[in-house]
Amino acid sequence: MDGEELTAQETALYDRQIRVWGVDAQKRLSKAQILVSGLNGTSVEFCKNIVLAGVGSLTLMDDRLVTEDALQANFLIPRDETVYSGRSLSELCCESLRDFNPMVRVLAEKGDLAQCEMEFLDKFDVVVVTGCSLKTKIEINEKCRERAKRIAFYAIECRDSCGEIFVDLQNYTYAQKKSDGTAECHLSYSSLEDAILIPWRNLPRKVSKLYFAMRVIEKFELSEGRNPGELSNFDLPAVLKLRKELCDAQSLNESHVPETLLERILVAGPMLYPPVCPILGGILGQEVIKAISGKGDPLKNFFYFDAADGKGVIEDISNPSSI
Amino acid sequence: MGSDLKEEAIKRAKVLMVGAGGIGCELLKTLALSGFQDVHIIDMDTIEVSNLNRQFLFRQSHVGQSKAKVARDAVLKFMPHINITPYHANVKDPGFNVDFFKQFNVVLNGLDNLDARRHVNRLCLAAEVPLIESGTTGFLGQVTVHIKGRTECYECQPKPTPKTYPVCTITSTPSKVDFVRELRELFERFKKILKFVHCIVWAKDLLFAKLFGDKKQENDLFVSAGDGSDSEKPTNIFERGSDEDHEQYGRKIYDHVFGYNIEVALANEETWKSRRRPNPIFLKDVLPERLILQNGNLEKNFLTEDLPLSAMSSVGLSNPQDVWSLADNSRVFLEALRLFFGRREKEIGNLTFDKDDQLAVEFVTSAANIRASSFGISLHSLFDAKGIAGNIVHAVATTNAIIAGLIVIEAIKVLQADFQNCRMTYCLEHPARKMLLMPVEPFEANKSCYVCSEVLVELPAPVSSGTMLTVEDLQQELSCHINIKHREEFDEDKEPDKMVLLGWTAREKESQVVSNGNSTSAAVPAAAEATMKSEEAEVNAEISGTKRKLSEISEATENQEASQILPRADADNFKNSQELEDDDDDLVVLDNYPETSKKQRLH
Repeated sequence: MDGEELTAQETALYDRQIRVWGVDAQKRLSKAQILVSGLNGTSVEFCKNIVLAGVGSLTLMDDRLVTEDALQANFLIPRDETVYSGRSLSELCCESLRDFNPMVRVLAEKGDLAQCEMEFLDKFDVVVVTGCSLKTKIEINEKCRERAKRIAFYAIECRDSCGEIFVDLQNYTYAQKKSDGTAECHLSYSSLEDAILIPWRNLPRKVSKLYFAMRVIEKFELSEGRNPGELSNFDLPAVLKLRKELCDAQSLNESHVPETLLERILVAGPMLYPPVCPILGGILGQEVIKAISGKGDPLKNFFYFDAADGKGVIEDISNPSSI
Repeated sequence: MGSDLKEEAIKRAKVLMVGAGGIGCELLKTLALSGFQDVHIIDMDTIEVSNLNRQFLFRQSHVGQSKAKVARDAVLKFMPHINITPYHANVKDPGFNVDFFKQFNVVLNGLDNLDARRHVNRLCLAAEVPLIESGTTGFLGQVTVHIKGRTECYECQPKPTPKTYPVCTITSTPSKVDFVRELRELFERFKKILKFVHCIVWAKDLLFAKLFGDKKQENDLFVSAGDGSDSEKPTNIFERGSDEDHEQYGRKIYDHVFGYNIEVALANEETWKSRRRPNPIFLKDVLPERLILQNGNLEKNFLTEDLPLSAMSSVGLSNPQDVWSLADNSRVFLEALRLFFGRREKEIGNLTFDKDDQLAVEFVTSAANIRASSFGISLHSLFDAKGIAGNIVHAVATTNAIIAGLIVIEAIKVLQADFQNCRMTYCLEHPARKMLLMPVEPFEANKSCYVCSEVLVELPAPVSSGTMLTVEDLQQELSCHINIKHREEFDEDKEPDKMVLLGWTAREKESQVVSNGNSTSAAVPAAAEATMKSEEAEVNAEISGTKRKLSEISEATENQEASQILPRADADNFKNSQELEDDDDDLVVLDNYPETSKKQRLH
């Protein structure tokens, strides 16, 4: 790859990871501009990873003031009210992240991504959203797709000990490593809206139960006008009713969306199971690094993790018409 | 998953972490966020610049300070009300004994070397504390759980060398194809660098050590002509003549080690019958006289006082990623020698190779590359050579974060005594059966494991009534004296079948003297009465000697790339992994040992 060489300082700091992904990948990383909307246990893990990796810049958006719930699984904010009182999550996280790597520009941006000017998105190569409604995710995903430049879109959500990552790289070309050199490989991704519209009976056999559970809960939150983490055990009867409706409409046996799984997620409410955050934030970090550097097979297009069985599974749920 | 019982178990737990490096930083943070209140952490290392890309608790200003202590302070900044006790010490220090380990509910390893891992494994077994072990290389990682009496211990399986990935025995079935590809890539990468590794070892351990290290050390760099003529003692070559300047001396060494020594080796026709013959390289063939004299004249422009001595910048090379030509390598070699003798003369005789010594790395890179040219092996950049010479790990933050999360999940299960649900987990670079994180049921203990099982040992000498046996564990500095009061007559039917310790060097027949009846092997008799005694007894050097040797053999494998990782998931295990077709709640079941009966999945 052409362009300026890494500085001696960069070579020394990034030595161990250059040994993993090479100099060219490191140079691409150092030019990448990342946006994260929503700061919680999983997204701050992602932020840490990507700042350490040495991206060009990271912009944070989350104007919420710090609360007990917002603090959990967040190691970027000291448990000290005199420090955090009256300040927004993005400001506080921004301050800590800057210390992690002086070579990365970390910025806090005020406002709501869903309301932003379209042009705002053009500043970024990667957009990560979390902690918002399905509607917002779909809107931001669509905005990314409408821009002339390709903007990679990721949605990540952690509920109790379960996590979901959605990836939309649109049309993505990369050099796939083969045993005898590399071959150019094209992948075509579906938007979030298209992906979740795919009839359940058309899905691959043995799709993760989490996929269905997440859809049921998401739909329920949407109908109630609530955000992730704002449900509780009291909602279980209504959620089960919705499960039945959805399963009937999609002619899927309800056993694919176990009640125990839904209950587990609802009982936890806003609580995340902390060790799941570095796992999801780690996988997402790895995926974003792959997508920027063009090295390695990117995940297509859903990832699931559940601490209950310990599996980290990839599901390809794409609209065939978009391929 | 937030049950009160679980929270209570976490709050009450006393946890020992060994290692505050890449995994350690992530682990300490995740433990704190998960509600752990009492964590002890041991690490003997201090912080280096190259740690900062992933060991996120450390900053530039911490370079040189204790990892354990800085990690503690960093975590207390966001979690001020928990107890973290740091030890800037070696886990092998005698203070960290069995009693020390007994105070903990679980031990979590985030170590970077096999030796310390073994040590902790043995202490955990002795103290009967569950151990959670982990490791990462690049995007690959693993977490394993070791509980005495329930699972295998860390040493139940010998750690495989890369040789245990023979391509021909890997069978490809669709579900395993990605995993096989992963192994194959590792193997190919390994094969490619292996030849160059020999050149690095030669340059580092022989040439560098000979020229700059302890002169008294024996070193087989000298090749005598083989005709027994001692008239020209080769030792003289490495001593600078009083009339020689540094340039002349450097050229003499160059021609001797790359030219003359190769010519001498070529003289032995037997050696080269089935091998590619190397080419002797003499300086005059590589660099014209004019250039040799010019070499390093750039020094005034490129070398300033505050920069470390560098031969490559002195000869005008700037990119450590470039692969230099033979001529450039030769110039760096001569310049490095000149700088060592001219500017660092005081250190000569006491130097050992250090990957952070720029000039030493340059010298070793150039010497290895010149030797590689001679043997027709592809040359490598300084960056790559440094990685090989310094045995540098490939490490990224994301894998360490994932592994730390998995460790904490397993630790919490262990603390709740939920052993049924404990899993080993592999973090893969390419998905296998759709999985990037693959949980596997823990293996049962290897019945002939010489660390955790009740092993039957074949003794090197006959045992009869009145014999005193001394068994020493060199790792834990324990010794046990066994006084044989009475040995029964040998009865073949009563002897167990498998009495030979795995990896035990069989003794010569004549040492197994038939002394007690018609025994052909002197097994420890069941009637032997073991008593712990403190008094002096004859040390059985054979036992300790053999054991030490075994551990050295396995130690040697650790330096090889990728050998630490995926120790269980090798080709044989995957070949035998059972396909589970219909129920997606199954977990992957691997066969523990190919020779034992197949394991069934848990219900």
